[in-house]
Amino acid sequence: MSDPRSLCVAAAACAAAVLLTVTGCSSSGGFDSSAPKQSSSGRQSLSVMIATSGDAETAAVKQATAAWAKQTGDTVTVQLASDINQQLGQAFAGNKPPDVFYVNSDQFANYAKGGSLYAYGDQISDASAFSGTLRDSFSYGGKLVCLPKDSSTLGLAINTTLWQQAGLTAADYPTTWQQLADDAAKLTKGGVTGLVTTPDYQRIGALMKEAGGWITNPDQTAMTADSAANTKALTFVKSMMANGSLKYASDVDAGWGGEALGKKKAAMTIEGNWLQGAMKADYPGVAYKVVPLPAGPAGKGTLVFSNCWGVAAKSGHQKAAVDLVRYLTSAKQQLSFADAFGVMPSRTDALATYAQKYPAAKAWVEGIGYAQRPVTIAGFNQVLAQFNTDLQTLRTSTPAKILGGLQRNGGQVLKNAQ
Amino acid sequence: MPSSTLVTTPAPAGPQRPAPVTGRGPLRDRMREGAWGWLFVTPMVVVLGLFMVLPILMALWVSLLHWDGQSDPFTAHADFVGLRNYRDLLGQDGLTRTLFATSLRNTAYYVLLTVPLQTMLALGLAITVNQRMLRGRGAARTIFYFPSVTSSIAVSTVFLFLFQGSGSINRMLSWVGVKGPNWFADPRGVVWLVLGNLGLTDRDHPGGPLARHGVLGLSWADWFSGPSVALCTLILLSVWTTSGTFMLIFLAALQDIPRNLEEAAALDGVNRRQLLRHVTLPALRPVLFLVLTLGLIATWQVFDQVYVMGKGAPGNTTLTPAYLSYSSGFDNSDYGHGAAIAFILLAIILPLAGLQRWVLRERGTKAVTRGVRVRGSR
Repeated sequence: MSDPRSLCVAAAACAAAVLLTVTGCSSSGGFDSSAPKQSSSGRQSLSVMIATSGDAETAAVKQATAAWAKQTGDTVTVQLASDINQQLGQAFAGNKPPDVFYVNSDQFANYAKGGSLYAYGDQISDASAFSGTLRDSFSYGGKLVCLPKDSSTLGLAINTTLWQQAGLTAADYPTTWQQLADDAAKLTKGGVTGLVTTPDYQRIGALMKEAGGWITNPDQTAMTADSAANTKALTFVKSMMANGSLKYASDVDAGWGGEALGKKKAAMTIEGNWLQGAMKADYPGVAYKVVPLPAGPAGKGTLVFSNCWGVAAKSGHQKAAVDLVRYLTSAKQQLSFADAFGVMPSRTDALATYAQKYPAAKAWVEGIGYAQRPVTIAGFNQVLAQFNTDLQTLRTSTPAKILGGLQRNGGQVLKNAQ
Repeated sequence: MPSSTLVTTPAPAGPQRPAPVTGRGPLRDRMREGAWGWLFVTPMVVVLGLFMVLPILMALWVSLLHWDGQSDPFTAHADFVGLRNYRDLLGQDGLTRTLFATSLRNTAYYVLLTVPLQTMLALGLAITVNQRMLRGRGAARTIFYFPSVTSSIAVSTVFLFLFQGSGSINRMLSWVGVKGPNWFADPRGVVWLVLGNLGLTDRDHPGGPLARHGVLGLSWADWFSGPSVALCTLILLSVWTTSGTFMLIFLAALQDIPRNLEEAAALDGVNRRQLLRHVTLPALRPVLFLVLTLGLIATWQVFDQVYVMGKGAPGNTTLTPAYLSYSSGFDNSDYGHGAAIAFILLAIILPLAGLQRWVLRERGTKAVTRGVRVRGSR
């Protein structure tokens, strides 16, 4: 052993072994472009990853998946993601994605383009029962890739106490931009701001839609950001800011519109149906009413949001996974999710039942009919994040400059994608 | 304290070897020793290689790819784009470059303010708690060190509350008649803010003609805006949390300065300032280098506070390269850009550390300094 040569040999052997392990790892864990081998055993074990909004959602999803597992004899493990983009990104790169997972609409195009999603839309016989706008949101290359989990739209939430204190009645609920501006001005006094919202396209975009504009054309093949309609929408917002009747949430020390409404710093805010749960939990004493967003020059407009139930292209249990999704998106299950944590169903039949059961959510439900779907273009997140950042400066900047930046940045992404 | 420790050479760290066995040459002997040495360090070399060198090389490869994170980057199918990611970040006019330039500007201001402030504060604290006269030294040391052992996420969250528009800080400011800004929501750069308040520049159009031209997609007005109010809060936070750690390092070095040096200086009749300038600081030079380098590296890589406090908001003025790298990868599915940002960051930090080493290099051959250094660097 004390012979230096044998030591050298040993060291070399060690190094070689390490090298082999490393390269071995990378090739055995490597990516296989062919379809993954499907498990054919009787009992399958599925993993589901969700980004939960709270305990209620977690419990509801666990309960639903457990019921399905009992029915089929398979097992389901529900994993909670604290940062789902990062965790899914790691899982895809590591080639070990969960079988079923939430896909946010802003990540949908990235995952679909990267080939990580198993397009199971053609296996869903009653796909037409889902809202058409949402089906469009989760289609890629003309194929429905995944089923929308639920739906949310924006409405105008009004603090009814402050409303009455300002001498306004139910007849004054704004239906036009002019009325909105007038009401907001009347409501603004003391520590109260007429309308408080967050500086992002997921709110102000609704006004762009009402003015007849949007960020892209309907096919999402060209930018239409610097249109006259969009400029009109931002100019309107800016004019309300100028007389102090519209403020951003951070300017009144709130994280979002709901908080401003709950803390009585806002008389009105633009929020979606997640507001219900938050108000009930955090500000149960605040009375409010939700009305449709007032119509702009081009009529009514709102935005619709959703997540979809993605099935991994690399999953070895695709058949069972699609079956689970079918179960989770059934009308009955969607209504029980609605009861548990206040989301709106994504199926039109279930939505009708929901509307009857929850009359307070009428404005949000109706919004589905004329809502604009989110932008789903691969690599577009940075562009929209920058647009949101620019919207923060709307008070000192100009609509033309902000929209021009969006047009330019988005155009580059579209050009690179083609 | 016996001064003889200054002169005695320490025992060599390796195993004591007996006299060479007859019949074997010294060269052969050295080789044998080398082989043993390698064998002993193999575990560490393997660990470092596996978990540091290899991932770095992998990331370097990824930075040359257009990779969406959803395929194997180490096959022939990988979309090799050469230096395009670097060109997008540095050369090509577009959102990517503007964001990167913004993050560089923010971090440059952040480093420029944080590193000197935290070093000075740490040194000041260390000198204070090193005084033999001070009562309750132990308690003071614990208190000053406390922010450093607290989770930076927790501290950031507490700061978020303190610095709200109607938070405690602004309430305290209002007692003295100052109306504090809405700290974390204020994207205005402090340079233009101060100049605007002095009436030297137009408040709504800061920078004037400087706003028209620029470099790397950012106008000169933006480059020279200084840190935003929100970034200043971040600077305050990191100075507060890190100075405790560096205080500890300074304290260890201060206690290593031989007492007789100070006594000799006292005999020579120096006052406190001269003692600090000519005895203490030269003795601390290697530690000062350590603290500055650690500070420099940590500040260029700042991530967690940004992640907690606003992810770049307001107005991208707290965006840092480390956070941008993260969001390019995980939010925008563009891991190539993310990796390229990391390597540009490396290319910035390395020369800066080198420059600092050169600035703090040993000059002159003062006996005092050298004597202390031998001990201090042990």
